Amino acid sequence: MIDCVCRFSMIDRHSDLSQKGEQLKRRVVITGMGAVTPLGNSVAETWEGICRGKSGIGRLTKFDCTAYETRIAGELKGFDPLQYVNKKELRRLDDFIIYALAASEMALADAGLTIGAIEAERTGVIIGSAVGGLATIEKEKEAIFLGGPRKMSAFTVPAVLANLAAGHVSIRFGAKGPIGCSVTACSSGACAIGDAARLISEGYADCMIAGGVEAAVTPMCVAGFNAMRAISTHRNDEPEKASRPFDRDRDGFVIGEGCGLVILEALPHALSRGARIFCELTGYGNTSDAFHMAAPPPGHEGAVRCMKVALRDAGMEETEIDYINAHGTSTPLNDAYETEAIKAVFGEHARRLAVSSTKSMTGHLLGAAGGIETIFCVKAIDAGVLPPTINLDHPDPACDLDYVPHQARKTAIRTAMSNSFGFGGVNAVLIFRKFEE
Amino acid sequence: MTLEEKVISIIMEQLDVTREECVVEASFIDDLGADSLDLVELIMEMEETFDVQIADNELEKIRTVKDVLDFLKSKGAVWRE
Repeated sequence: MIDCVCRFSMIDRHSDLSQKGEQLKRRVVITGMGAVTPLGNSVAETWEGICRGKSGIGRLTKFDCTAYETRIAGELKGFDPLQYVNKKELRRLDDFIIYALAASEMALADAGLTIGAIEAERTGVIIGSAVGGLATIEKEKEAIFLGGPRKMSAFTVPAVLANLAAGHVSIRFGAKGPIGCSVTACSSGACAIGDAARLISEGYADCMIAGGVEAAVTPMCVAGFNAMRAISTHRNDEPEKASRPFDRDRDGFVIGEGCGLVILEALPHALSRGARIFCELTGYGNTSDAFHMAAPPPGHEGAVRCMKVALRDAGMEETEIDYINAHGTSTPLNDAYETEAIKAVFGEHARRLAVSSTKSMTGHLLGAAGGIETIFCVKAIDAGVLPPTINLDHPDPACDLDYVPHQARKTAIRTAMSNSFGFGGVNAVLIFRKFEE
Repeated sequence: MTLEEKVISIIMEQLDVTREECVVEASFIDDLGADSLDLVELIMEMEETFDVQIADNELEKIRTVKDVLDFLKSKGAVWRE
């Protein structure tokens, strides 16, 4: 009881603290965003594509895919790496590192944040990736196979390691605080942002560059997902229609590549430097299915618990959620199970809130998905526009919610939830709220 | 293209430096911004291009552009193009 009184008096004295569950935590806000995606080489260009309901999926060009069942992907278009790295770096870095350098540069500029001597030790980086430098692994394996071990490049290992995106970003911008890399399959980006927010709310850092990156449009990745029957194979001739979440004719996801990073800040830090605040990150949930390496459990119970954990973390009621950016992969299993999970969590309110899958336009960016989808939630709140689910021509009878079909919808919202679910049974849910003092 | 010109063009490409920076006295690490990994990569490229083998103890002695040229000449490396 004494403890309880103390806590409440602390809230009174420190407006930057909020009571979440049983603990006192610092509030965390988003002040900057950067992205390279199949829809564009910046957040502005990507968001414009989202608002127009444009597909970023096209023919796969990164390697000769003639013999592959799937010959489409969500690749970056017209991205010039030399805008962000010099020729020497271009040769020694894997694409996933270059994408992260590009997105971080844009995110820091967007936040108007320069990491000087004072901020350095209080600024950290967590950039998740499902696989890291897969293209380099494949290339160098071929070199060793054809030419023997002496043909191995000295840059192989540092180009492959998944944490090197965070490593290079910290080096480039002088961020000397906490550093990490969540490797949680398709939840990597969301886990990175959730974990980074916790470091800030618990006082270990004031600013974090966080999100996810992936550059895995490679022979091994495409053939591997084909072998699992996980990706779309039916629409090689009409790529823009291949990703169709919640539609009865969906036949798997489409692999995408890119990066989405945000700048997270402790509220007092953002206020003291007069930063523009896009919104607040109020809740994070992370649960495990403990069920199967790839398939969700009946009723997607791990996802149900995860959404509930995130709501509790945010101190919010179910009825406060206005929009859900679904995991919505366009696989037969996920979309039906996720719909069921949303109904289980939200009950009657599931009929009132809007749900959409931006993967219908971007494809599935694997470890980067949680990064770019966080940005879409932030933009939805900031701009008052709900991203559509395109290609939803014939909704699956098992998918009967409001998925914002075909066209973006103008409507002011206060809150958004982002779902990410990954192989290994990793669930990650983030909740965002319009910033109110 | 002479041997020297070929060596310099490889260094320019690998280390992303200009012809002006790439004088024979230039130190890879102090003047041309290379690190130890760049040096390993550079030497691998030389081995491939001139069909020579450079042992690790010989690699340690290579500090400048001139060191590379002297080494290649001592191995009888030639370049005609």
